[in-house]
Amino acid sequence: MSPLTITLIVIAVIVLFIIFLYNSLISLRNQVKNSWAQIDVQLKRRNDLIPNLIETVKGYMKHEKSVLENVTKARSAILKADTVEGKAKASNMLSQTLKSLFAVSENYPQLKANENFMQLQEELTGTENKIAYSRQHYNDMVMVFNTKIETFPNSIFANQLNFKKEASFEATGQEKKNVKVQF
Amino acid sequence: MRIMFNEVKNNKIKSVFLMLVFILVIGVLGAIIGIFYDNLYFGLSIAVIFSLIYSMIGFYSGKNMILSMSGAKPATKKEYPHLYHTIEGLAISAGIPTPQAYVIDDSALNAFATGRDPKNASITVTTGLLKTMSRQELEGVIGHEMSHIKNYDIRFMMLTAVLVGIVVLLSDFLLRSFLWGGHGGKRDSKGSGQITVVLIAVGLVLAILAPIIGELVKLAISRKREFMADASGAVLTRYPPGLASALRKISKDPDPLVDKANKATAHLFISTPFRKQTGFVTNLFLTHPPIEERIKRLEAM
Repeated sequence: MSPLTITLIVIAVIVLFIIFLYNSLISLRNQVKNSWAQIDVQLKRRNDLIPNLIETVKGYMKHEKSVLENVTKARSAILKADTVEGKAKASNMLSQTLKSLFAVSENYPQLKANENFMQLQEELTGTENKIAYSRQHYNDMVMVFNTKIETFPNSIFANQLNFKKEASFEATGQEKKNVKVQF
Repeated sequence: MRIMFNEVKNNKIKSVFLMLVFILVIGVLGAIIGIFYDNLYFGLSIAVIFSLIYSMIGFYSGKNMILSMSGAKPATKKEYPHLYHTIEGLAISAGIPTPQAYVIDDSALNAFATGRDPKNASITVTTGLLKTMSRQELEGVIGHEMSHIKNYDIRFMMLTAVLVGIVVLLSDFLLRSFLWGGHGGKRDSKGSGQITVVLIAVGLVLAILAPIIGELVKLAISRKREFMADASGAVLTRYPPGLASALRKISKDPDPLVDKANKATAHLFISTPFRKQTGFVTNLFLTHPPIEERIKRLEAM
């Protein structure tokens, strides 16, 4: 074999490798984007439920205005956030404030018996869980993607092909502790 | 990720294999009946055509057959909001489309998933399970079922139920008519004598086949498959104690009998839907690993 043929074969192998790498990275990045969209759907769903909740609770909770205000504030913070980190932080805040609200609602037997409130509570618990699950799925996808672009030999080309590390949606340690309710 | 992918491939190959075995078994039976009527090829081709069509029907509507066999009704979001939310949440976690939700009106604690692929899947739980389990326990159970769906376990298990189920039914029917047929009335005409001989032959073949079928059902479930689903279900919920405590409640269930479960569908359920009893036939179909060991493994995670 002439040196020329050998060179051509080597180049062909490298080009093929790059094509496969590029395609698999595109597919992975789309999966990351799609799982991010899942989080967004759930965050939006929760935001849509909150005005109803406030409306229902307002009549019963006369003395805990600040609890309700915190929920409203956290809700609008999510709408303003546009980075992954910002959304994660705002979302955790909202989860916290909602927990406080539901903890306070324990003191109002009439509220707890309210059909509408019970439904909203179930919807919100379900949505909170879905946020947690979609976050988990998103983080898994991000980890697969990041590992792929950071490992050798992919790392040589990934950067050239303009693939950047994706940020994961972090849960704060706070989330796992019990909520203290202050008046 | 890699392991999961292999499981999926494995299950797809096994499903094709099972359909081929089914066609072969029915084909042989058809040939035997054919021989008795001096027409081997006619019997063989009728049997092969029947088994081909039946496998196709089983593949495409096995889910509906199993659901109606077990008396499952579609669960509406309005009536069972927390079942719905749990299924939706875990589907998101597994990254698959949301399966349809069904309930069986039965006080036993049990659940199963079925369908041909994640796009055409369903999860069924008993109303007893919904009443007894806390949210985390229900999540554990649904997580277990969700990983059966993701792994394509459901395809192989569905085909086992539908294809092996009809062989079991046929053999029950033929053996019974073989046992009781001889006692009723006089059978001295030539035609019915021939039929009796055919039934005896088929009955004998099926009697030999029955233990093999039992083994097939055992293969279909395998301890490994249940342990895997427990483990990957726990990965989905990130909370192994949920499923562990659900399994503990299931093992203490005083009446584990699901009224409409039968030998063909037993292996689909998360725990065996029969009373704890021993006996040759029951042992053949005892398909589930002991719950105590499953709990132990979950607690070690």
